[in-house]
Amino acid sequence: MDNKSSINQQLSQLYKDHSGKVLATLVRLLGDFDLAEEAMHEAFSLALGSWDTQGIPANPTAWLISTGRFKAIDNLRRKKRFGELASDIQQQIDELEEHHQNLSQQDIEDDQLRMIFTCCHPAIDPQIQIPLTLREVCGLSTEEIASAFLVSPSTMAQRIVRGKNKIQQTKIPFIIPEINELPERLDALLSVIYLVFNEGYSASSGDSLLRIDLSSEAIRLARLVLALLVDSEVMGLLALMLLHESRRQARTDLEGNIILLEDQDRSLWNRAYIDEGSALVQQALATRRFGAYTIQAAIAAVHAQSQGTTDWEQIIALYSVLLQVEPSPVIELNRAVAIAMRDGEQAGLNIIDGILARGELQDYSKMHSTRGELLRRLGQTSAAITAFEQALDLVKQLPEQRFLQQKLAQLRSQ
Amino acid sequence: MQYMLLIYSDEQNWTEDERQDCFQKSMCISAELAAEGKLISAAPLHSVTTATSLRIKNGKRHITDGPFAETTEQLGGYYIVDVDNLDQALEIASRLPPAQKGTVEVRPLFPLPERLTN
Repeated sequence: MDNKSSINQQLSQLYKDHSGKVLATLVRLLGDFDLAEEAMHEAFSLALGSWDTQGIPANPTAWLISTGRFKAIDNLRRKKRFGELASDIQQQIDELEEHHQNLSQQDIEDDQLRMIFTCCHPAIDPQIQIPLTLREVCGLSTEEIASAFLVSPSTMAQRIVRGKNKIQQTKIPFIIPEINELPERLDALLSVIYLVFNEGYSASSGDSLLRIDLSSEAIRLARLVLALLVDSEVMGLLALMLLHESRRQARTDLEGNIILLEDQDRSLWNRAYIDEGSALVQQALATRRFGAYTIQAAIAAVHAQSQGTTDWEQIIALYSVLLQVEPSPVIELNRAVAIAMRDGEQAGLNIIDGILARGELQDYSKMHSTRGELLRRLGQTSAAITAFEQALDLVKQLPEQRFLQQKLAQLRSQ
Repeated sequence: MQYMLLIYSDEQNWTEDERQDCFQKSMCISAELAAEGKLISAAPLHSVTTATSLRIKNGKRHITDGPFAETTEQLGGYYIVDVDNLDQALEIASRLPPAQKGTVEVRPLFPLPERLTN
């Protein structure tokens, strides 16, 4: 490989590794997203020209920040010449020139955390928090994000611009929240990461080969947050995602059809992810300040570690704790399944019918497919068919439709 | 940076005692904000039944009795505060009594060029 293409390849890896850090610090120094992005791109293009002759510097992040800062001063001087509010710009240039001192590793890490909290500020629409975080923190391009969410690049660009305008115009502060606000703000941040993960995890097959892997991005983001901020729920969420991700290869067949947990080929499960996820669960539980993500991860860990027989007793106990932390009919439904596995189908069915009688989850397809499966196992074929038909009416994703159609075909042929 | 805090709630949903209590607490908060140099102005509004709306069509004034739009929550008062950032404005909004019963909408004021304000 010639030197130029090797530098190009290294540079694209360096972009992935460093652009988030460089941008975060430049946003703090410049107080402006657009100026910072412009300066960062100029710094990377200068790097392309200079590093292949002079070699990659020992601390590329520091080099890029410092170069970006000089570029920003140049750009501001040029603006000043065109007479835009000259006194404000001069003040900004003076401030920037004072920032000569070397940035510590801690400064750079704090800036990244500021960036994450700013992009996930509750004043920003959740539909915008997600792409904004992927772009400004993970360094993905607008085109990559657009294709991941199956919208046009121009629609996605508009959303991102709206987010940046909201930050700029309403002056959302570029800070790490105070300790009293941290739990609430961290919740918002973790839910963004989990939404990114689920978007990637549930992505339909087919063109997914061309789409960037949102699940990996979410895991990368959670690792980054955990490195910056040690918190039990961050561990819990990272563990939960790793444990789900460990089954990715096994959860569908080659045609993209769903394979249920109990029928999956366990040799396809990713052991490294399971081990890392399980260790994180233990670590989070040991803090005794864990929440819903940790408990869900603990349930996933029990499933992942089961060799043939599942410890339903423990799973039911964990669901009971989860219900106390986060009361929800969906969790009640999951607990009912575990109870059916321990005490028999009728016991699970009684709980499920209780939830439906309260008027809850009537439009939730999993509610009806679960009911259908329990009825099928009890030999109540016609009631099972009705339940699966109700589920089929409610699902939108193609693999799930196929799964239900197969179930119905089997039942009708009996 | 200046922010306007617009207070919306259902006017019918307040007892006389609650109204008085809200008034007292709001006066205290205004006094605190003024002492900190953060208050630009604040006022409760008369009931939405006193609203008059005007629009001009084909050069002719159309005046109607009532608010811009009939909604379940109505604009009942406002604050204009001068603080450093949105988080500080939201912190003030969270202390206003109507936040418990209705909604406080926080909007930044568009800063006018100095030559217009002088």
